[in-house]
Amino acid sequence: MRTTTMLGLTTALTLAASAFAAGADTIKIAFIDPLSGPFAGTGTNGLHQYEFAAEELVNKKGGVLDGDMFEIVGFDNKISPKESLIQLQVAIDQGIRYIAQGNSSGVANALTEAINKHNRRNPDDRVLFLNYSAVDPALTNDKCNFWHFRFDANADIKMDALTDSIVSNDAIEKVYIIGQDYSFGKAVAAAAVKYLGEKAPEIEVVGNELHPIGKVKDFTPYSRKIVASEADAVITGNWGADMVGLGKSVLENGFTGPIYTYYAAADGITAAFGDAGVGSLRLVAEGQLNPPPNDRASEYIQAFKAKYPDGNLSQARITNVIEMLAKAINEAGTAEDVVPVAYALAGMEHESLWGGNLMMRESDHQLIQNVHIMEHTDDVVHDHDNSGFGVKVVKTVEMAAADSPTTCKMRRP
Amino acid sequence: MDLILVNLIDGLVTGLLLFMLSAGLTLIFSMMGVLNFAHASFYMLGAYFAFQISLYMGFWMGLLIAPLVVGVLGAGVERYGLRRVHQYGHVPELIFTFGLALLIEEVVQFIWGKNQMPYATPEVLQFTAFSIAGNSIPAYKIFMIFISVAIFVGLLYILTRTRVGMIIQAALTYPKTVEALGHNVPLIFMGVFGVGTALAGVAGVIAGPVLGTFPGMAFVLGSIVFVTIVIGGLGSLWGALVASLLIGWITTFSKAYNLRMEDLLTWLGFTKPEPIWDSAWRDMWSITSPQIADILPYILMVLILIFRPYGLFGKRDA
Repeated sequence: MRTTTMLGLTTALTLAASAFAAGADTIKIAFIDPLSGPFAGTGTNGLHQYEFAAEELVNKKGGVLDGDMFEIVGFDNKISPKESLIQLQVAIDQGIRYIAQGNSSGVANALTEAINKHNRRNPDDRVLFLNYSAVDPALTNDKCNFWHFRFDANADIKMDALTDSIVSNDAIEKVYIIGQDYSFGKAVAAAAVKYLGEKAPEIEVVGNELHPIGKVKDFTPYSRKIVASEADAVITGNWGADMVGLGKSVLENGFTGPIYTYYAAADGITAAFGDAGVGSLRLVAEGQLNPPPNDRASEYIQAFKAKYPDGNLSQARITNVIEMLAKAINEAGTAEDVVPVAYALAGMEHESLWGGNLMMRESDHQLIQNVHIMEHTDDVVHDHDNSGFGVKVVKTVEMAAADSPTTCKMRRP
Repeated sequence: MDLILVNLIDGLVTGLLLFMLSAGLTLIFSMMGVLNFAHASFYMLGAYFAFQISLYMGFWMGLLIAPLVVGVLGAGVERYGLRRVHQYGHVPELIFTFGLALLIEEVVQFIWGKNQMPYATPEVLQFTAFSIAGNSIPAYKIFMIFISVAIFVGLLYILTRTRVGMIIQAALTYPKTVEALGHNVPLIFMGVFGVGTALAGVAGVIAGPVLGTFPGMAFVLGSIVFVTIVIGGLGSLWGALVASLLIGWITTFSKAYNLRMEDLLTWLGFTKPEPIWDSAWRDMWSITSPQIADILPYILMVLILIFRPYGLFGKRDA
């Protein structure tokens, strides 16, 4: 009796195992971003967008290769570079080959270095780094490597577009720059000073300062300085709670000019500003939601909102990551070996879901795409935070900075 | 000069807000001898409850009801949680409140999600009260000042002038004697815990719209509240007030003015090493006051602990 049971069990197990092997594999993508703590909102919403994009753009269309499905696995890095490296190791140990990360360039800098080292030492299980949001220019310049791909326009490219917009506004004579005290905040400040100096030396930078990231309770003292400096415009790279805190405080304390930002939309930010932000908040970003670029994009947004009623399509570029990765895996004919996938990604051209073309520049793995200046307004079709407010494109730079120089010297395997 | 006045007002607002949190914490500490790690979490609950109530009944009902709910919750935590853990000593109590803080944060995220809530100041107060040299002081800030001052005066009156206050004060020092005189000391403890957490709730209700209502709000304020009561002296209401205002003004002023370490060191007679970017002292020379504003209270706490371990107004030896 006992032997029969054992035999039966073994057979069942073998059958199950072989059925699993014969069926399609899953290609796992590790999503390493903050899923707890002050920036959890941004991280979780990003995870949902990845899951939705993988499901909608790849899995529902039959997957990649011969039916392999994408699976997104979330890892909480608590926005700490140290924690991220631990999570990276966990992901690699689980056999994951694709690492997606975006929040904080500090984390991205640590990851790209660790991945480069790992790939050099372990040629058999190399991984790719899909950076969808960290925009420190160094990542595609001095610190570039073959395994890192950036899908967002970097801080320099965005600042180039943003300063164009400032220069074309004659009312702006004095500018105040403020940001979070880490590599990205510093990169924004440096780029702003550089581009303003080149394009309009007559514009005066009346303030340039950094504040601790994620730790400021009350931005009032900073707002006082900004108002007292008589600045006509504010430039900030702040995101998450720091963006809401700074923006609301500046507006409450009597500032009336435009606030040029990188990330002042969605994740509760749009709702928190509401009416107060109209006429002041300007955003430089990729991915056009309003006016809707095409029907496919509108359908995608509606389907996403149907699945996540409280979510936001705040990072349009995530669909580009998923689509381009799927395309590259199909071209390479394998998902196991990331080297041919990386070669397929480098130089790839793709038509974005959000309109316009995308080109992954071979020299530094920086995605070249349309960059928009957007406005916080209630005149939108697709709002953020279900607030009735959203961002609308007011100006577009086609294929921004396509021929910008890079200091990247990449070693290819 | 005008800016000094503006910063004085801003610092006052920050300080008074801190006071509302630390007042409850310091009362609870002096009574039970236990630091309530979950105190800032009750502040967060106050903000979230008020936000939820404001959706249906407006801001003012939120201001009225939310602290009551938080206070009842706090009293419940004392009655059914802390009182049971109390018999095992202080360490289990600490761990209990610490766990409670984590639990509350998770529950808040579970119910309201991780994003910031669109909790706004009431429309009647959305105007500029007055402005000083182009710096507008929002009416809401003035309202915050009034509420906090009213609470301080009320607390002081109850604690020093009423019979209830006298019994509370007696129960703090001689609980056994007070019990022998026929007073229900556990009930007093529960009441004080409830009032303390309700105060944190009030702070949450009025700070939520300005400082943001998000799951990280307890964490951001948590440690500074402890610093406040250590500086002020554990268990002292006046100490909590003075320390809160001190911290409010110190952080506000050091953020508002770009004092540079370079100037200070040069004034002290040091010469700047050249080239600065190659020097081991580079970070030391390039520090500005806004950068270190948020750690100044901690430095102050360390100094207080060294030179006056029982705090500015504390009575007992730590």
